[in-house]
Amino acid sequence: MNNQNRPIARGFRGRRTDPANRARVPPGQHVTQDFPVLSAGPTPHVPLTEWTFSMHAGNTPLGKWTWAEFQDLPHTHITVDIHCVTKWSKLDTVWEGVTIDALLEAAGLTAPPTAHVMAHCDGGYSTNLPTADLVGGRGMIATRFADAPLAAAHGGPARLLVPHLYFWKSAKWVRSFEFITAERPGFWESLGYHIYGDPWREQRYSGD
Amino acid sequence: MATSAPPLGRRLDWQTVRVESTEPLGRRARLLKLGVTDWPGHLPGQHADVRLTADDGYEAQRSYSIASAAHEPGVSLAVEHVEGGEVSPYLTTEIRPGDAFELRGPIGGYFVWEAANGGPLYLCAGGSGIAPFKAVLEHRERFARGVPTTVLYAVRSPEHAMFAERINALATSDPALQIVWTYTRAAPKSWRGYARRVDAAMLRETAPRPDARPLIYVCGPTPFVELVASTLVELGYAPESIRTERFGPSGE
Repeated sequence: MNNQNRPIARGFRGRRTDPANRARVPPGQHVTQDFPVLSAGPTPHVPLTEWTFSMHAGNTPLGKWTWAEFQDLPHTHITVDIHCVTKWSKLDTVWEGVTIDALLEAAGLTAPPTAHVMAHCDGGYSTNLPTADLVGGRGMIATRFADAPLAAAHGGPARLLVPHLYFWKSAKWVRSFEFITAERPGFWESLGYHIYGDPWREQRYSGD
Repeated sequence: MATSAPPLGRRLDWQTVRVESTEPLGRRARLLKLGVTDWPGHLPGQHADVRLTADDGYEAQRSYSIASAAHEPGVSLAVEHVEGGEVSPYLTTEIRPGDAFELRGPIGGYFVWEAANGGPLYLCAGGSGIAPFKAVLEHRERFARGVPTTVLYAVRSPEHAMFAERINALATSDPALQIVWTYTRAAPKSWRGYARRVDAAMLRETAPRPDARPLIYVCGPTPFVELVASTLVELGYAPESIRTERFGPSGE
């Protein structure tokens, strides 16, 4: 860290990250115990009877599941650290859901059909990701948090979970994947946030 | 004229800013007026990141709402004191005029309003959620007087209100601007206005009708924003017309 040219905040001590966790907290982040809610609009409430998750590439449908069908897909538990671009990190969060690997397999695909995906959500939100960041156990559609159904304010009934990227990439209320060949920016990525969002490289905003 | 934000995609560099003055904002917050030399301008509603570096190199970052409009001198940040927090107690009690720290921004391209967006405008604030609306109202006063605007501001008590004098003065000088206060814990004696938490009836009575297609902005603590935004959807306002900014628990 090269902090030599920075102004020193007179008398500022701060609350240092527990040394045991230091290696787990990306630059500029601090650990929180609570679970802040950040959303650009009202929380959508879609009845589970109307909920579906679908995947397509261009006009080609690749798979579609009702809530009941989605429950029948193989589920995975993971415990991960999450990092929000608004500076909080939360350690050891426990999630359950369907990995993107399992979804692709259920759709009869051995690999993502394109290099990028746009995740679309209730409420009009979207986010773009390289498909390489979703496979190999790195991404899931999560439906449970801390052993309970995922609350609507936190993205329930189902949100994308890609914990190695800033948390806006883990889109709440996710409903479909649009596989795309050329990367294009999603909602926050069009509004000044970084196109990729790696917390370890502090890619918060465009140009970082 | 610095009325608009820099083009998106411009790299946001850290810059050293100096505290010119501070003043209390209600009971629990402080307004920091910062002198900036290379500020690219901002839109009302945007925020900025603050980075504090301790003498041993330890750093902490937080985001704060910009409470000033771009045509005003400098950049003013509203900082609410979070009990037991890491950064806000320093910024609200320790920092003095002449001190320097780093700032970068502006940030956030969605929870913004400028004159060209028109109205009617319905702004709902809970507590320190008024800060971005202060920038909106200053911008409106300078560039968009007459845009029909209602502010519903929920605060615990008159002592907790932020920018009360200025906001009331703006409303006094423009009949198109209406400020509706509700005091959720303690109202002034002989107060005849609202003295309860925001509810459906209060929103129905104060918001422009849904068919007027108001632009709605809601800012405040998470439970406040969740309640107001969900209730407005139930009252028939289009979800896409409602922009929200939720604070905390900030995890400080």
